[in-house]
Amino acid sequence: MLVTEKVAIDHGLNKEEFKKICDSLKRIPNITELGIFSAMWNEHCSYKSSRLHLKNLPTKGKKVIQGPGENAGVIDIEDDDAIVFKIESHNHPSFIEPYQGAATGVGGIMRDVFTMGARPIANLNSIHFGSPQNKKTKNLLRGVVRGIGGYGNCMGVPTIAGQTSFDESYNGNILVNAMTLGLVKKNKIFYSKAAGLNKPVIYVGSKTGRDGIHGSSMASAIFDEKVEEKKPTVQVGDPFTEKLLLEACLELMAGDSIIAIQDMGAAGLTSSSIEMASKGKLGIKLNLNKVPCRELKMTPYEIMLSESQERMLIVLENGEENKAKKIFDKWNLDFAVIGKTTNSKKIELYFNEEKVVDIPVNILVENSPIYNRKWKKTKLPKKNKFKKEDFKNLKITNVLNKMLSNSNICSKEWIWQQYDHTVMADTIQKPGGDAGVVRIHGTNKAVAASVDSSATYCYAHPLTGGKQIVCESWRNLISVGAKPIAITNCLNFGSPEKEENMGEFVECVQGLGEASKYLNFPVVSGNVSFYNQTKDKGIKPTPSIGGVGLIKNYKKMITMDFKTIDNLVLVIGKTEGHLDQSIFARDILNEKNGPPPEINLFNEKNNGESVLSLIEKNYVKSIHDISLGGIMVAVAKMCIKGKKGIKLKKPNYLINQFEYLFGEDQARYIIEIEKENFDKIKEILNKSSIHYDMLGILTESDIFIDSKSKVTIDELIASNTSWLTNYMSK
Amino acid sequence: MNSSVIIFPGSNCDRDMDVALKKFGFKNKMVWHNDSKLPKSDLVVLPGGFSYGDYLRCGSMASKSKIIESVINFAKSGGLLMGICNGFQILTESGLLPGILLRNKYSEFICKNVFVKINNTENSYFKNIKKETLELHIAHNEGNYFCSNNQMKEIEDSNQIALFYCNKNGEISEKFNPNGASKNIAGIFNKEKNILGMMPHPERMIENYLSGEDGSLFFENLINNLQ
Repeated sequence: MLVTEKVAIDHGLNKEEFKKICDSLKRIPNITELGIFSAMWNEHCSYKSSRLHLKNLPTKGKKVIQGPGENAGVIDIEDDDAIVFKIESHNHPSFIEPYQGAATGVGGIMRDVFTMGARPIANLNSIHFGSPQNKKTKNLLRGVVRGIGGYGNCMGVPTIAGQTSFDESYNGNILVNAMTLGLVKKNKIFYSKAAGLNKPVIYVGSKTGRDGIHGSSMASAIFDEKVEEKKPTVQVGDPFTEKLLLEACLELMAGDSIIAIQDMGAAGLTSSSIEMASKGKLGIKLNLNKVPCRELKMTPYEIMLSESQERMLIVLENGEENKAKKIFDKWNLDFAVIGKTTNSKKIELYFNEEKVVDIPVNILVENSPIYNRKWKKTKLPKKNKFKKEDFKNLKITNVLNKMLSNSNICSKEWIWQQYDHTVMADTIQKPGGDAGVVRIHGTNKAVAASVDSSATYCYAHPLTGGKQIVCESWRNLISVGAKPIAITNCLNFGSPEKEENMGEFVECVQGLGEASKYLNFPVVSGNVSFYNQTKDKGIKPTPSIGGVGLIKNYKKMITMDFKTIDNLVLVIGKTEGHLDQSIFARDILNEKNGPPPEINLFNEKNNGESVLSLIEKNYVKSIHDISLGGIMVAVAKMCIKGKKGIKLKKPNYLINQFEYLFGEDQARYIIEIEKENFDKIKEILNKSSIHYDMLGILTESDIFIDSKSKVTIDELIASNTSWLTNYMSK
Repeated sequence: MNSSVIIFPGSNCDRDMDVALKKFGFKNKMVWHNDSKLPKSDLVVLPGGFSYGDYLRCGSMASKSKIIESVINFAKSGGLLMGICNGFQILTESGLLPGILLRNKYSEFICKNVFVKINNTENSYFKNIKKETLELHIAHNEGNYFCSNNQMKEIEDSNQIALFYCNKNGEISEKFNPNGASKNIAGIFNKEKNILGMMPHPERMIENYLSGEDGSLFFENLINNLQ
């Protein structure tokens, strides 16, 4: 096939990019070479629109062993142990084929983690669907949940936490973000940087098929009416093979045979081989006839662009081939020596004894395009002034029941019951809490992880929204008794070619950078997913933040269920009654405008650290951070979990009861304490100038909101648990 | 007491079982599916997981693996053989236990705590156990026990039902059946009661900090019975 400008454009490259390719090669590329350029230079692989902004994120810290740029980030959790973790999107494929799209998303992120030598110990996910009324939503949700479960369950890795939201902006573009944590010894971390000349390059895992060709290019374009036709670009997952690959790789990694290892993810053999060569400042020479293929007559173009799953590329020490092959034979996996490292600094591919590709690596990597896209700032919206009449006809108990059954607040048990969350027998906090917690096997330590996003806030004001999610992640970790260490981010946005969407990206990134810097909560890995857009309509900006923290003594882990009758309940942090962009304002008052709650990083840090020290001193019996739905929803959830009631005190504030109970001000927690410790706790809080309110006292089974309003626990449980189950069984 | 846990490709509860057995005093060995000889054992365990990726039918490929012949001989000579979850499926597929495990009634994977009532205590597994009803954990997609009417009659006549799904108070009813299993069956024995297959995972319930501690009761009782 003759390569022309039109062919290049069909490959998703633009005129200037095609010219740049021809100029740097000093010739027109052949079709295989063009395919390689299109895979390496698409948005998904090259980060051409985002690189400029991502470099401002804080990525270093005392606990950071490896920041962004490798397969995943690595943090130190003491005693020679390290946690490898990352979150990644698989949005476009999951909309087209929800089961396989979600399953391979989970498979891909686990591979990123065990490529670095770590055994995966926990999975999380953040999934976002269109409005429940949209006719596609139910099937997409069912398929995605089955896909995530199908892959993770088979791998034997517990899925310990997650987040699910519904919003009409995802009607045409759902989001599936998968996160994995792995455990590794600090001195046994593997990297993707090749080193040494004439070292054998090994292909292991599944055979290569025609599935997923141009998958990463699909993820770099918007959807149109013909989206269904893209089904062949979705990969098909086989978790059984991945489980074998995991065990085989870890077995090989126990020795010293591996110089570098890289999984074949987006853009398959192309990006894995080029990345290894580029990081090692080497060349790589491959004989494509040696690549194990699943289908007949595959062309070099197809072999290089296939996104078949469960494959790895390894650079071995010379002479270690037999030892390695034995291990892969034992696990019934393909093993082939397909090439070697060279000093040419070029990628040279041979097929049927003919050189079919010859490209200097630096043209593909360092010379890849980088864009300073135009972007538009979002002004802070004006605050709404709510009047007494706005609340006049509302009965607080009805409002509470309605809020608890809201699709974004209700119990997601229907989802997480389909995930094996207890395999590996170290899960000490299951899904449904503020964060999932797994023990570090055989030690007293545990790691906590949570995943969060707040598209509504980010849409209203990206800068504030960006800060808010980092703070929420930090609070969720503290709320299980963990010291927050670092985050990974998955940045889901619309088209970067639209100024509004690019602006949302730039300002969200700026916000999350500011917050993570202030909280000393650095970003160690991540991924950007642009073009979550159908025709003209992009999704609300949805950065997902995966936070990880350490609990030094797992017996000090803490949960949100109220524990003991007669204990006191405090609100830590000041309540201003901010209703704009709250679930209450949007769904009860039907007011969608206004700014998100303000973020005060000083209060966030101060309140969080003080709460953590109260937990350390065993003063806190249960805790929950206050987020969607404000104080009232947080308290109700603690009541539901602990099957206890509460008698609320009348707040001595001048603000309205609805504003007090449903406002979504930040930096707040609800804690349960014993009466006899109250004075000591007061002293600690006063010393750090932390505002607190006495919210109430725990009772047997009823919730007394005020003298006229009472609800029973059973009523709350019914409101909270029935929505999703009913929705899915209809 | 010596125990062996068989590892098939795709097993994923093998380590958890190893940890549990050792915690309660077994000297445990891990045995690879492709070996032909079992080490000297007082108990052999087929662990949970997705042996051979559940391809063909759950447990069916594993029931043909190399080690199975010696496992069958071990059980036929009276040795204690226990299959948990996928291990239970392997036991029915290899014909050591009657019946089959179908897809869960609502076709969804279920991971949660359940209660099971012990039906028969005249065997090495449950003799002297301190509770009638245990809280254990299930995590499976195919736990819906089914067998023919004739088989069911035989199972009942020979008192082969080991565990029923029930509520906290031991009440057995369809309401407490998580997966549609016939007669709420959560586990069965062979006629001789030396082979036990069950869907719940006692190995995930061996600590207060995990899902609960009734698994500890099970293992403690088991090793006491063997000593």
